[in-house]
Amino acid sequence: MWLWIHKFGSPPHAYRLLGKLAPWFGWPALGLILLATWWGLVKAPADYQQGDAFRILYVHAPSAWMSMFTYVVMAVAAGIGLIWRIKLAHAAAAAAAPIGAAFTFLALVTGSIWGKPMWGTWWVWDARLTSELLLLFLYLGYMALRASFDDPQRADRASAVLAIVGVINVPIIHYSVVWWSTLHQAASVTKLDKPSIALPMLIPLFIMIAGFQLYFGWLICRRLRAEILRRERNASWLKEAN
Amino acid sequence: MRRAAVSAAARLVFTRDLTLAWRRWDEVAQPLIFYVVVTTLFPLATTPDLTELRKIAGGVLWVAALLSSLLALESLFRSDVEDGTMEQWVLSGQPLGWLLLAKVACHWVLTGLPLVVISPIIGTALGLPFDAWGTLIVSLLLGTATLSVLGGIGAALTVGVRRGSVLLSLLVLPLAMPLLIFGSRAVTMAMDGDSPAGPLQLLAAIFFLVLSLGPLAMSAAIRISVES
Amino acid sequence: MVPEGAVLEARAINAWRGERHILRDVSFTVHAGEFLKVTGPNGVGKTTLLRVVCGLLPAESGEVHWCGRPVRGASDEFHAQLGYLGHPNSLKADLTARENLRFLAGLRQALSDKEIDAALDRCGILSRGDLPSRSLSAGQKRRLALARLLLAEASLWVLDEPVTNLDTAGITLVEELIQEHVQRGGLALAAAHQRLLDHSPNLRRLEMR
Repeated sequence: MWLWIHKFGSPPHAYRLLGKLAPWFGWPALGLILLATWWGLVKAPADYQQGDAFRILYVHAPSAWMSMFTYVVMAVAAGIGLIWRIKLAHAAAAAAAPIGAAFTFLALVTGSIWGKPMWGTWWVWDARLTSELLLLFLYLGYMALRASFDDPQRADRASAVLAIVGVINVPIIHYSVVWWSTLHQAASVTKLDKPSIALPMLIPLFIMIAGFQLYFGWLICRRLRAEILRRERNASWLKEAN
Repeated sequence: MRRAAVSAAARLVFTRDLTLAWRRWDEVAQPLIFYVVVTTLFPLATTPDLTELRKIAGGVLWVAALLSSLLALESLFRSDVEDGTMEQWVLSGQPLGWLLLAKVACHWVLTGLPLVVISPIIGTALGLPFDAWGTLIVSLLLGTATLSVLGGIGAALTVGVRRGSVLLSLLVLPLAMPLLIFGSRAVTMAMDGDSPAGPLQLLAAIFFLVLSLGPLAMSAAIRISVES
Repeated sequence: MVPEGAVLEARAINAWRGERHILRDVSFTVHAGEFLKVTGPNGVGKTTLLRVVCGLLPAESGEVHWCGRPVRGASDEFHAQLGYLGHPNSLKADLTARENLRFLAGLRQALSDKEIDAALDRCGILSRGDLPSRSLSAGQKRRLALARLLLAEASLWVLDEPVTNLDTAGITLVEELIQEHVQRGGLALAAAHQRLLDHSPNLRRLEMR
C-alpha cells in the first residue's frame, strides 16, 4: 500500500497515469452530459407550475452539488498532504479549488436566472443561494491565501490548514443559513432545495450529476497534470522526456 | 530540570501581553473607538428615528463588533513573528497551542471585553430596550470570544503575507457568518420579547467547538509562518 | 543536566528554499562535549541547516535524531533540551532586559530574580537590566539574547552567527560560554563565518560548499 502510494506520488509516474486516465473520464462525461441535456430539455415533460423555466434545474442542481463535493475533495486532499506530507495531494487541492469556485459561480448564476421567472427578481436571499454565496467566499479566500505566498510549499500547507478549518465550518455555515432563512419565511416564497419532482424529471437529473462528476474527474486529471508540470519545471525527468 | 508547568507558561504569556499593552495603550484603545465610530455611521446613513433604528439595532451592533474585532486581530501575531519571539515559543518545549490560546485570551480581555461592556450604552442610543441588555451582553461575550480564536487562526495564517489585513477579513468573515446570524438573531428575539435561549445555546456550542479545535489550527499555522 | 551519552545526528538531510535545492544529503554527528562549527560562504545554507535541525523548517527528506530517537513526533521533549540563538534576538523593544528574560526564558523553567541577575552579569549587561531593550545597543541586545540562552539550561546549543554585532570582548565571551558549555558535557552547533574557537580541542568543522 505505502509502496503504491509512493510510486503514484512520484511526479513522473503520476503525470503519465493522469494522462492515461483523463480520456476515461472525458468521453463518458461528454456522452452523459449530452444525453442528459437532450433528455432534460426535450424529452422530460414541462412542470405544471413553472413551465419550461424549471429546466435550468438540470444545470443548477448538479453545479450546486459539485460545488460542495469539490470543497470536500479539496479539504481531504489538503489534509492528506498536510498529515502524510504528500506533495501530489497538495497539488490536487490546488488544482481543485478553481474548479470548485467555477461550479459555485455557475450554481449562483443559474440560481439567479431561475429566480427571475419564479419570483420576478434576479436575487432572492434564500437558504440555498445564500450558502452558495458564502461557499464562493470560502473558495475565494482559499485561492487568495494560496496566491499570497511566494514559497509554494508554505502556500500548500497554510492553505491546507484553511481548507480543513473551512470544511469543519461548511456544515455549520449551511445550517445556520437554513435556520436564518426559515425565520424569515415571509421573504422567500419557496425553497429551491426541496423541489418535489416527478420521476421522469429526476432521471435526467441523476444522469447529469453523474456526467458532472466524470467531467470533474477529467478536469482534475488535466489540471493536476498542468500543476505537476508547473511545480516540476526544473526537474530532470521533464528534460529527459523532451 | 525545573521545567515550568504549562499553566505557568501560559500565565507568563498572558502577563507579558498585558504589560506590553499597558505600555502601548493607545493601540489597544483603537478598536474600541472604531466600534463607536462605526455604530454612529448607521443613524447618519439611515434615519435618526429610534423606532426605525430599533429594528436594525441588533444587526448593527453585531456587524460593528465583528469588524472592529477583526481590525484588532490583524496585528495579533505580527510583532512576535517579526522579532523572532515566536520561533522561541515554538522551540520552548511547551505545547504551542496553549501559549497561543493564552495570547488570544489576553487579546480578548483587552479588546473584546471592553467592546462588550460598552455595547449596552451604544445599544441604548440605537433604541435597544433595557430588557435586551442581558442577551446582548451574553451573545457578544460568546461571539467575540469565538471570533478571537477564529481570527487568531486567520491571523496566524496571514502573518507572513503581503497585505495580510484585507486577506484576514476575506478568510475569517465567511467563517464568522454563523456567529453573526445567531448573535444578532438572539438580540432581536430578546427585543421582541421571545426567549433567545436557542440561538444563545448554538453560539455556546460553536464557542466550545472553536475553543477545542482552534489551538490546534493556530499552532499548525504558526509553525508554517515562522518558517520564513 | 545533559542526558548520558547525548548525541545529535543528522541523516542525509535534503531541503529546498523556494526553487533551490539548498541542502543535499547533509549528514553529521555531534556527541556530548563536542562543538561543531558549520562554515561556508553566504547563501550556502548554514541557517537553513540549523533551522532544519531545530525543527523550524521541514526537511524534504532525511531525519534528525536526538539520543538515537527521531525528533519528529517527540519534538516537545527535544525542544526542552534545545537552546536556539537565531538571527533575530527575539526581544521585545518595550520590555526591560529583565522582563525580556523573565517572559521568554521563563516559559521553559521557573526562574528566580537571582538567576536572571547572574545571567545578565555573566553577559556583562547587569547594569542595563532595567532599561527597555529598545535603548540597548546592537551588541548589548546580542548579549541579552546570550543571557536568555544561558537561562535555557539546554544540553544542545544551536547558534546562528552568535558573534554578530559583538566587540572583541563579546567574541571572547561567546567563546568562553561555548567552552564552558561543552566542558560540562553539552553539545554545541554553530554557524559562523568569523573566527570562533579555532584552536579548541573539542572543535569539529562542517565545511559547506
